[in-house]
Amino acid sequence: MMFPLGIFPYIIGGVLIGIGVSHIYVSTGLHATQSSFFSTTLSFFTKRPYFQQKQYLESRSWRITFALAVTIGAFIYTILLSPEGFFRTSVQWWRLALGGTLVGFGTRLSRGCTSGHGISGLASLSTASLYAVATFLAVGIITAMLLQTLGVTP
Amino acid sequence: MIRKHLFVFTGGLLFGFGLAFGGMAKQEIVLSFLQLKDLGLLLLLGGSACVTAITINLVPKLLKKPFLGGEFKKRKRTLSKRTIIGAAIFGVGWGISGQCPGSSIASIGVGNIPVLIGIASMFLGAYVMGRFFT
Repeated sequence: MMFPLGIFPYIIGGVLIGIGVSHIYVSTGLHATQSSFFSTTLSFFTKRPYFQQKQYLESRSWRITFALAVTIGAFIYTILLSPEGFFRTSVQWWRLALGGTLVGFGTRLSRGCTSGHGISGLASLSTASLYAVATFLAVGIITAMLLQTLGVTP
Repeated sequence: MIRKHLFVFTGGLLFGFGLAFGGMAKQEIVLSFLQLKDLGLLLLLGGSACVTAITINLVPKLLKKPFLGGEFKKRKRTLSKRTIIGAAIFGVGWGISGQCPGSSIASIGVGNIPVLIGIASMFLGAYVMGRFFT
């Protein structure tokens, strides 16, 4: 059983995301990606040169709009369509914290995440992004399998 | 540039709606992919990349510039050690927690409040990277 929840939520969800990214690209020429949001928002709080680079200062306001809209879009789905309503993860806080720190560090070092490398990068036929996606998929799977073997659930 | 924000906002609504529709705001579903119990995440990633690929590669040939003016930006990334090491570190964090940046931001909208810990941690990780590794 490769798709216990069916294939349609995934395909429809993916196509909607693609339409959202396309809509922003056609209207503004911008690549609507996610992980840069952390670095550009930090530019409001630190004067360190890395965070004050021109492209971060130029994109920091629309990236906040974008993040806000992503949250509201998920909220609209939940109140209109979600069968079980609101959801809370049962993943332990230490995993959210440790994992989150590595995600923030790694995506910024790599300059892309599942959306930057995975959607926009692959769509741009970028070799760098292809290698990045192959790497985080492989390492992600190995890590999750290892934790599961050690008895950490979910 | 209020119109730019309006278009980014409507696109972001679709992005967040799609993420939640595809179950990505639930770390359990992401983890079930990484544990190879449910391969749906590949369909979502592939579907969104295909739709975006058509747009990015076709539209600049049909339109001279975006609706709101400016230019169609090329996403330039050169392959380096940092690309791969960063992706590997991201992979470890993804496998530990089932969180990635976009799905965590969407998680707040589905009431998945514990993920605020993850988002705060992502800011910390992004800060450490920019402060000490550039």
